[in-house]
Parts: sequence; structure tokens; C-alpha cells
Amino acid sequence: MSTTTETPRITPTPDDGTGPGQRPSTKASSSAFSFAQLVAALPGAFRKLDPRQMVRNPVMFIVEVGAALTTLIAIAEPFIGRADSAGQPLAPSFTVGIAIWLWITVLFANLAESVAEGRGKAQAQSLRATRTSTLARRVIQYSQTDASAEATAIEEVSSADLTLGDVVVVVAGEVIPGDGDIIFGIASVDESAITGESAPVVREFGGDRSAVTGGTRVLSDRVVIRITSKPGETFVDRMIRLVEGASRQKTPNEIALNILLASLSIVFLVVVLTLNPMASYAGGVNSIPVLIALLVCLIPTTIGALLSAIGIAGMDRLVQHNVLAMSGRAVEAAGDVTTLLLDKTGTITYGNRRATEFVTVGGATLTQLVSVARLSSLSDPTPEGSSVVTLAEQMGHTEESVAGAVIVPFTAQTRMSGLDLPDGSQLRKGAGSSVASWVGSVSPALLAELTSVETRISQSGGTPLVVATRDSTGKARVLGVIHLKDVVKEGLRERFADLRAMGIRTVMITGDNPLTAKAIAAEAGVDDFLAEATPEDKMELIKKEQAGGNLVAMTGDGTNDAPALAQADVGVAMNTGTSAAKEAGNMVDLDSDPTKLIDIVRIGKQLLITRGSLTTFSIANDVAKYFAIIPAMFAGVFPGLAVLNIMGLHSPASAILSAIIFNALVIIALIPLALKGVKYRAVSASSVLSRNLLVYGLGGIIVPFIGIKLIDLIVSLIPGF
Amino acid sequence: MSTISGQFRHTWTAIRALAILTVVLGIIFPLAITAIGQVAFPAQANGSLVKVDGKVVGSSLIGQSWVDADGNALPEWFQSRPSAAGDGYDGGASSGSNYGPENPDLIQAIKDRQAAISASDGVSVAQIPADAVTASGSGLDPHISPAYALLQVDRVAKARGLDAADVKSLVESKIQGRDLGYLGEPTVNVLQLNIALSTLK
Amino acid sequence: MTANVWLFIAQLATIAVILVLVYRPLGDYMAMVFTSPKNLRVERGFYRLIGVNAASEQSWPAYLRSILAFSAVGILVVYAMQRVQEILPYSLGLPATSEHLSFNTAISFVTNTNWQSYSPDVTLGYTVQFAGLAVQNFVSAAVGIAVAVALVRGFAYKRSGTIGNFWVDMTRSTLRILLPFSVLAAIILLAGGVIQNFSGFQDVSTIAGGSATIPGGPVASQEAIKLLGTNGGGFFNANSAHPFENPTPWTNMVQILLMLVIPFALPRTFGRMVGDNRQGLAIAGTMATLFAVSVSLMTWAELHGAGTAPQLAGAAMEGKEDRFGIIGSTIFGTTSTITSTGAVNSMHDSFTSLGGGMAMLNIMLGELAPGGVGSGLYGILMIAIIAVFVAGLMVGRTPEYLGKKIGAREMKLASLYILATPTLVLAGTALSFAIPAVRSDVTSTSIWNPGLHGFTEVLYAFTSAANNNGSAFAGLTANTPWFNTALGVAMLLGRFLPIVFVLALAGSLAKQDRVPVTNGTLPTHRPQFVVLLLGVIVIVTALTYFPVLALGPLAEGLL
Repeated sequence: MSTTTETPRITPTPDDGTGPGQRPSTKASSSAFSFAQLVAALPGAFRKLDPRQMVRNPVMFIVEVGAALTTLIAIAEPFIGRADSAGQPLAPSFTVGIAIWLWITVLFANLAESVAEGRGKAQAQSLRATRTSTLARRVIQYSQTDASAEATAIEEVSSADLTLGDVVVVVAGEVIPGDGDIIFGIASVDESAITGESAPVVREFGGDRSAVTGGTRVLSDRVVIRITSKPGETFVDRMIRLVEGASRQKTPNEIALNILLASLSIVFLVVVLTLNPMASYAGGVNSIPVLIALLVCLIPTTIGALLSAIGIAGMDRLVQHNVLAMSGRAVEAAGDVTTLLLDKTGTITYGNRRATEFVTVGGATLTQLVSVARLSSLSDPTPEGSSVVTLAEQMGHTEESVAGAVIVPFTAQTRMSGLDLPDGSQLRKGAGSSVASWVGSVSPALLAELTSVETRISQSGGTPLVVATRDSTGKARVLGVIHLKDVVKEGLRERFADLRAMGIRTVMITGDNPLTAKAIAAEAGVDDFLAEATPEDKMELIKKEQAGGNLVAMTGDGTNDAPALAQADVGVAMNTGTSAAKEAGNMVDLDSDPTKLIDIVRIGKQLLITRGSLTTFSIANDVAKYFAIIPAMFAGVFPGLAVLNIMGLHSPASAILSAIIFNALVIIALIPLALKGVKYRAVSASSVLSRNLLVYGLGGIIVPFIGIKLIDLIVSLIPGF
Repeated sequence: MSTISGQFRHTWTAIRALAILTVVLGIIFPLAITAIGQVAFPAQANGSLVKVDGKVVGSSLIGQSWVDADGNALPEWFQSRPSAAGDGYDGGASSGSNYGPENPDLIQAIKDRQAAISASDGVSVAQIPADAVTASGSGLDPHISPAYALLQVDRVAKARGLDAADVKSLVESKIQGRDLGYLGEPTVNVLQLNIALSTLK
Repeated sequence: MTANVWLFIAQLATIAVILVLVYRPLGDYMAMVFTSPKNLRVERGFYRLIGVNAASEQSWPAYLRSILAFSAVGILVVYAMQRVQEILPYSLGLPATSEHLSFNTAISFVTNTNWQSYSPDVTLGYTVQFAGLAVQNFVSAAVGIAVAVALVRGFAYKRSGTIGNFWVDMTRSTLRILLPFSVLAAIILLAGGVIQNFSGFQDVSTIAGGSATIPGGPVASQEAIKLLGTNGGGFFNANSAHPFENPTPWTNMVQILLMLVIPFALPRTFGRMVGDNRQGLAIAGTMATLFAVSVSLMTWAELHGAGTAPQLAGAAMEGKEDRFGIIGSTIFGTTSTITSTGAVNSMHDSFTSLGGGMAMLNIMLGELAPGGVGSGLYGILMIAIIAVFVAGLMVGRTPEYLGKKIGAREMKLASLYILATPTLVLAGTALSFAIPAVRSDVTSTSIWNPGLHGFTEVLYAFTSAANNNGSAFAGLTANTPWFNTALGVAMLLGRFLPIVFVLALAGSLAKQDRVPVTNGTLPTHRPQFVVLLLGVIVIVTALTYFPVLALGPLAEGLL
């Protein structure tokens, strides 16, 4: 199991709309959407005007083609004459105005993507610094017989030349040349370059903490590492690609949404293309710039412009939570998760049991019991031991240890620990059955009493620890029981309730017996538990859940977690874990904080919600745009249609231009929202929908009416409009 | 099974299915309904024919025109609505006028009809109900509105030398209310009214 | 006016009460029809004769191929019958119809559109009407129901490669639903005065000394399925305005109900088959709301009677029958256009601009409130998928409907579905004016009313054809090579392209597992979803058609 340290960055801040668990420092920089960011993104936005790039976004590509066409017409107009639209003369600067604003629309869309990418670039920059080629000391022919590789020949090569399976030696002060597993030795490693966490971590051969990452620095000792990544595909390389958004692939939902947007665009293209032949019957033929303006207003440009920015920003939000998703697909899957498997230790409980109570038996006094319990624990270095001391001290026991006492450490055979005092008396605490046999004969009455206390403690999810003494005469007696309790982390109950509201079931995985597991599950408020779990059980559970149509998320760090991580729909590997685990999962949590899973789910949901809400907003906007443009297009021929001009826009030309300007400005206005994500609360789907429909659906209908009217007031000041 | 032979099999099934269904739905079904109709509802099934002195003079459901050979309205009969079926109430060519609400021909026709009724019946244009100046959907509407029937009372009475009050009470006796009191509109069946009128002394 | 409001409400309430009463039993009955493993004896005989193993289900491509084969055969047969009409019995001495008219009519009846470019009174004999057209009235409706049921199975099935057996679905729709109810409906209509004879035209002398023609024909049998199957093709030119098709106000009400019962009960069938009746109720609720709003708007427009001619006459009675009045006409008109029936009991061309515009808007909405038999249900489910997609994203989940994920493939098919008909409508209308030769023919020959109303006639024709409605602004002379061909193509593509997408979607949904429902799942059975679905339907339609509506009814009505 991983050891978890509660650092400030993973402190939940549940009321923070951008999702809990963000570092205060990054939060400040992420939510602020500064002018400087825009300026920095501008060159990128211009580069993206390349049609070969634009064509990947069909909606914006249509706008670009329209912009180019309008520009040509604007250039040609002075020579070929200006075409009236539906019998109405338009201002001389009309076509130029439309052309300019269409280009601005495209530019704004590119800007959104550029800004989103820009945020990742800075991070990539610092990561790249760690990738600079270092010198690696490669073991020429590593053999098991010389595990420490002290007697084997070593050559110096560039880290870039290392390949899969190479073995290198790294000593204190050196940078680890590539991803790998420690195959000999132990070292403290500074991983701040990747995790941002300054405290060094221990990496050692064997077990679940053997993986090291290229670019991190060994602070002490000497280790032998087997390289587990190909050149150019190290963890850092992948991380750079991810934060830069270079390897971004469209996710399934994004593809589906793109299909919807494309087909809406096609519908509107048909609407606009067929308009003039039909209007010609009544003499209402419109000029091409007017038709292009109508088309651009109708196709879902708002969401089309922001779609990729939303995706990039979603990945970026994960990175800010120190989580690396190997694909956007995984982030989306996180939003869909319906079952969350959580390891008890470290995730739900603090991972170490604490003494919470002393219970006397057989007529022993409390003072006797506490005193003995404390003394026997003084030299016990485990958290349990120190918690006994702490509790005893809280009860006023501060006896000094007896000089010359012999420490009896815990062994798997005796299952007891304690102290042998110089006077020959012995103090012991340990598992009930072991202590009982150590005491020897116990009266049936006492045994019954002891059993009942032990059962009570077990049923409440605690662990009973029996305390006994044997005086110098050899007479042994049981004094009582220490109640060790697994302490559930604070605030988890509420978070599980939140998850339940979101429709996510939590299942606690523990090695404890069912009785204890049940009690802790009840205390923590999880929906279900799997007791006495083996890795195989875990795998079985995942498969069972998936067979029922559930999407399962879990965390893991050990090599034996790898199959389950691979099987789970969202498998979050702890960065402290083995490389097998990291390979198997589709996300890596650099903080190695299992509760992060909850944040990941929120981020996944937020990503989808942002897309859906902006799509709704974009489509709802069309209503107002129609009311601006249709009367402007046809009221000259059919004066009755002037009643549709409910906004009272100044003139046809100003109405159309205002709609186009609004269309462009709304993109830039929504960039911060696209990057930050729509606010997400952990409530039922039904209430989330109601709220978002109200804000983005109804709001999407109303806002443009106001916006277009305001812009029209300004545009109408331009001479000719 | 290859797609082509599969498609052939589908088609062969389709041909057989359609053949059998044509017999069931296209021949047995209408014949069965005809049998039921002729046995259970012979009057309706054969067109709700109206006989005077044993001779069929029309159908109570099919409107007739009450004009002379030149198409002029005969003042002694209650007039039906204008008709767009053929030259007017052509039972072989049911049709509405299909004039739109802004069609100048329709506007003119309404004006002409209003003028004609105003002249023949001595009423102001405002008193003329809408159905009197508009063609029905079928062109075979057997009914007129009670208002239009009552409007014609004086003219008919005068042309026939009858007491207007008698004619009026005849019309009132022929007004059919709404079905079940709320379906459709109150109407007067012109053929039945005129048959009753012809017996009025 | 107040009296009219109460009359309107009373009639609407009658419809509501009857539909509510029928909803459960009919919906459950249809669900049973399509899920029962048992075949009737007569069905077993039928399957043997046509060589179908009723127990084996089809994959979606096979299901589609069966539909296409069956429809193609239908088109050929109806085409051939018209072309050799003069040698058929009971032809009333009428000659064979032209190639382009036969093409148009064949497609029209096979696609459940029942657009009639011709005046049936003087064009088609009895044999073509009942042995050709009436048969298609049954089976084209059965095809619609089959496709809807296949889509519902897509939602209901888990990890299945099949979506049912078309031959079984079509046969059961016909024999267990459409035929028995048609017999019942025909008898009711007979009692009301609808004719059923083979007398031909009868000339009689009138008491005024003139002559009158009384038509005959097997009308009641055709009328029943015309409405029950939301077909709409009338025996007579005047359709349900003709007193022999629709003699009284109460038969008018019966006809309205006949159009509505199956489409309104199918959501129950859907809910039943997917194992959650609330889902069906939400769909039915959406349909009912849209229907109530639409019928109110049209009734308001017609009672208000805006426009020069209605104002001059005193009411919008041009093209309406006295016995139905305005309210009886608008409820029928709304029902007919919003169900894909296309029957008329009053002339839509003569409606006020906004009233006629509502009729067209009903069709533009995609005819899904409640829509045609089957096509209404699959139409609204396709839009529901779009609604669920956007809403699903908004709640932070990969969108799912009834536990089926709406991924790229599902989205592609739903998008193509909503793309198909508007493209046909707009392209067809635009081409009518864009091709110079066609344009001169359209404006000089086809268009009846001058000005904007003439444009609306053409727009209405393509709207009606592409959506398989069949009603018309009937002043338009559509019996021309251009319209017969273009509208024929629009009907063909407007019917079968959506069916391809629906069945492909059904196949793709059936393959999926069902995701369990949690708190995080977007609930699709609440009023909230009804509002959302309504919003998507209206917005998608409004955005697509607003410009053309502005050019047509709005420009005319707001003059």
C-alpha cells in the first residue's frame, strides 16, 4: 500500500466550483484569464488560419471560406459595383465590415485553442528541461550474480541512447537518465520536477516503490536501475505531449458532438443555398455577403470555435490536479464512472489504527491496565504503539520507562510485543488468542468476559489488543483490552454522499474480515464493501460490475494491481507505484493520493457538461439571430416582416453586421468559461440539467437579443449604416 | 447466402406476400364491407338517396344547385352555397376553389356574390353570412347555415307567394343542431328544406 | 368567440378522454402482438405460402432488404395496374394514366404518403382504388409500424444481432391490428352515411328540374384504412370534405380519432416493450402537448380569420363545409397534418395564411405529434436521441437513452435522419424555381394562386411529399412531369432514407448492452424531459424552416 501524506494541495475544498483539490497556487493562475495570455496566444492563432489546419474543424472552416469569399467581393465591389440585397441598398462599408468581422470570428476561434494550448506550454517547458540529455552509466553486461553491479564494467552513454532493458547505475547527486525500476538498492529521490512536491521520496528495490522516472534526481545512496521505456517514449515525453495537447485525439463524445455540429452546419448550408432561388419568386434575392452572414450566424460557431479549447482545458485541469491522463478518452470515461472502487487503507482510513479506549476485564483496575499498556508500548515504534502512549498520556499516565527493561518485539510467530522488566515481571500486548495462551490457564468466566469485549470491538470495526502481565512469581493475569480503531478520514462521508447524488456507487476494498469491513463501511458511508479481498477478488468484482453495464474506476499501485487497473475503465496508478501499475492504468496520479479519484470524476463530468452547455447556448443563440437577420433580408420586399424586427434594429445593414459582431464577440467572451469549465455541483442529473438548461438554454435565447441590440446601437453610429 | 440470391429470395417472398394480401385486403375486405353495408345499412351504403313520389331526386348528403339552365339562381328555391365542383355541384368532380385568402379572384367573387345576394334578397352586405359567399371544400356541401336560410325566407316566400312566417317556421323546423350538442355547427339541409318547401301550400 | 372557445375545448376534451381510455389497452395489445411467440393458424398458413420461417429473426440489413423488396414490388404492381386500367373490371371507362402520374401515384401509396396529383373521381376506377391503392393503405401502414417496432426492439434487446422479423411484424400489424380495426371503423362510418356500393355515377333529375350526379363506390372500406393507417388518400377529390366520405360532424370526430388512436397508443407499446411504461408516457405527453398547442394555434388563426377575403366574407369559410364549421375543420386539419395522414375535410389552400402555415409547420415538425402509424414513434425517438445527446452532455455523462449509449454511430444516424427531409423539401422547392424551364412551367401552369401564396403551394407540396404527408395546397396543378417526378422522388427518398437510418440505428442499439440507471443518469420519463424534447423539436424545426416560412405564410400573413 502506498503511504499517503496529506499535503495542502490535496485538501478538499468542496465549495470551490472548479472542483476540489486544486493547489491554491495553480488555481490563481488557472482561473485568471489575462490579457497577456491572449497576446501570447495571438501568433498561434494566426498560424492556425492555414486552411489545411482549419479543415479539421468543419464549422470554422465554413466561416473561413465565407470570410475569404466576402473579402474577394469586398475587393471587387469598387470595380464591379455593389449588388443590392433584396432591393435594398446596403452601406458601402457593409461588405468590408462583414469581411473583417468574419476574419475576426475565425481568429477568435483560433485564439481560444491557442490560449488553451498556451497554458500547457509553460508546463511542457519546465518538463523539457529535465529531458535534456544526461550522462548515463550503463552496465555493459548485467548479471544477477553481481546484483549491485559493483564489479561489472560500466560505460558512459548519453541518456538518449538508452534502450529498453538497459541497466544503469545512478548515485547520489545524479539525474536518473530514464524511466525504470530499481533492481538493486535504495535511494531517496527528488521528484519535484514532475510532481512539484519538494519532499524527497524513498525508492527501493522490490515491492511497490521500485519505479523511478527519468529526469528526477537521486539525493542519497546508489541504485541500479533497469530502463523500462524506449527512447522518446519516457514518462516525461508523454507528459510533455499531453500538456502541449500535441497528441490530442478526439474523444468519442467529441466525435459524436462533431457529427451533430457538422450536420447542423449542413442543414443551414442547405437553408442558405436554397434561399435565393425561392426568394427570387417574389423578387427578394439577397447578395452573397448577406447570405454568408446568415450562414455564419446560423451554424454553431460558438461551440465549433471552443470545442477543442474545452478538450485541451479539460486535460489541463487534470494536469493541474497533478494527474496525467494517457488519453482524453480516459477523462471522458471518468465522467461516466458509475462504480468507484476505493482501497480502505490510505483512502478511506488513515491507514493506521489508533487506540481509542481501554477496557478492563477480570477485576483489574483501569490504572493498572493503562499503565501496563503504556509501558509495553513505549518502545513500540509502530503508529499503533504510539497511539496507545498518546491515549494513556491523555488519561494522565506519564510513568517513565524502567531502566534496563528488555524490549520484546512483535513477531509473526508470537503475535505479541511487550517489555521484560529487570525485576523479572513481563508485560505483553497482542492478539487475543496469543496472549491467552501466553497467560496459560484462564478461568471460563474471564474467557467469556474477554471474548465478549473482543467481539464488541470487532463488530464496531476495531481491533482488540489484549494486555496481560506476568509478575516475577510467574503468575500471569489478563488486565484488559486496548481498543484499536481504524480512523476514517474526515469529510469522506459527505463526499460519498455527493458521489451518490451524482449516481456513483462507492465500494470499499479491504483485507479486513467482513465484520470489521462492514463496520468501517458503515462509518465511512460507502455503499458496499469487499472484505478479505485478494487481487483476484478485485478483478472479479470489476468484471462483475462491468457485466452489469457499470463503468468502474479504481486506484492501484502494486504490480498485483496491474491486471485490475487495466481491466477498470478508469485505472489511476499512483506515481509511487510500480511501472507495471503505471503502464496498466490510464491515468497516473503524481501525488499518489487515492482520494483524487473523486476529483478526476468531477473533472470528467465538467468537461462533458461544458461541451453540452455551450452547444445548447450556441444553438439557442440562433433564435435571436434569425430575428435580427430575416427581417433585415426581406422586409424591403415584404414590409409585413418588419414586425419580426422585435429588437427594433436600426437598419438592415446594421442588423446583419451586429449579428455577426455579436457572433464573434460571444466566442471571446466564452473563452474563460471554456477554459475554466462550467460550474459543477454534485447533485442529481435532473437538477444539473434543469440548471444548465435554464442558464445556457434560456440564457442562450435571451442574451443575444440584448447583445445584438446593444451592438446595433453602436453600429448605427457608423455613417451609412 | 449471398446478397444477390438473398435479395432475390426477399423479392420472391414479397411477390407472394403482396399477391395474397391483395386478395385478402383488396378483394375480400371491400366485398365483406359491401355485404355488411348492403345488409345492415342499405340506405347509407347506397348514398342516402332521397325519393319524391318514388323517384330518386338526389342524396341528402350531396348538395345540388338551384339554378336554371343558364346558371341563374332560381328565386323560388333556397339556394345552396357557391360551389367549385365542376360548373357547380357536379357530383362527378368534387372540389374546392382552392383560392388563397389574398387571391384577387376570390375577393372579387365574394364581392360579386355579396352584391347579388344583397340585390336579390334586399339585405345589407353586413347581414350576409360567410358561408353564403364562399365555396365549400367539396363543392357538394348539402348544407347552409341557419342564418343564410333565414336570410332567404322573404325572397322565397315572395317568389312562391307564400306567407313569410310559414316559410320561416319551416326553415326553423329544418335547422339541425350540433351533433351531441357540441360537434360541428347548426345547419339546414337545402334539399330537404326545398322538398318540404315544395309541399308547402 | 367565447362560445367557440368552449366548443373547441369540449371537442379537444372528447379526443383527450377517448385517447386516454384507449392508450393502455391498445398499447398493451400491440405490445403483445409484437412480442408474442404464438402465430395464428391463418398466419402460419400465410408464412408457409410465402416461405418465411416466423421463428427466425433478422439482422437489420436483412430486415431492411425485406422492406425494400416488399415496397419495390408494391410500387411495380400499383404502377402496372394504373397503366393497364382500361382492361381492368370496374374501370368506369377511365383510360390508363400517364407514365409520370402512375409513377407518382405508385410511390405515393407505397410510401404511405397518398399524395394525389390527380382527381380520383375522374381518374381512377374502382379496381385500381381497392385492389391497388387500398392494399397499399394497409401494408404501407404495416411497414411503418414494423420499422417503429424494430427500433423499439433495438432499445429493448441486449447484445442482440437481430431486430425482429419483418414479415412477421408486417403480417401481424396487418392482420391483428389494421384489418380488425378497419372492419370496425368501416361499419361505424357506414352507419354514419359513408357509401359502400359499386353503382358508379348515378344521374338523377332534381325537383328544380335540373340534373344531379350522385357518385358511388366502395368508399367506407377504403375510408377506414385511409384514416386508421394515416394514409389520407381519398376516394374522391374532395377527400374527407366530400359528404360521402365524411357525412356528419360525428363521423368527422370518428375520423379524427381513427387517425390518432394507433400513433398515440404506440408510445405505450414502446414503454411496455422496453419495460418502463413511464418512458412511453413521456413520449405520449410530448406528442399531446405539441398537438394541443398546434391545434389551438391553427384554430385561433382560422377563427380570427385574418386576410382580405376572410375579412370581406366575414369568416374564413372558403373551402370549409358548413356541417364541420371552422373548429371541426381545424381539428381535422391539424390532426391530418401532424399525423402524416394528409386527408383534408377543408381546403388548406384556402385557409388563412397563418392557419395554412400551421398545417405546413405541423408537417415540417416531422409529423411526430403523434405522427403517422409507426413513423410518428420512430420520428420522435430519433429526435429524442438528439435531445438526449445534448442533455446527456449537460449532465456530464456519455449520453444514453434507455440505457443505450449514444455514441458517434448513433449520432451519425440520428443526424442523417434529421438532415434528410429538410434537404429534400428545400432542394425540391428551390429547384422548382432555379431551373429556368421548370420555373416557367411551375409559375405558368402549376401555381394556382398568385403572389406569395403560389410560392407556399410549391413549398407545401415538397414539404408534404418529403414528409410523406400527402395533403396539399390543392390549387397547385401537380399533374405535370416535373411535379409528378420531383415529388415522386421526394416521397421515395423521404420514406426510405429515414427507414434505412432508423433500422441501422436499431441494429446498432440492439447490439449494445444496457447501462443501468443511476442518479447520474438523465431521467427521460419526467416532465423535464418532455419540455426538453419539445424544445429540441421546435428549435430544430424553427431554425431549419424559419426563412422559408418567412417567405411564404409569414410574409403573406403579416402583410
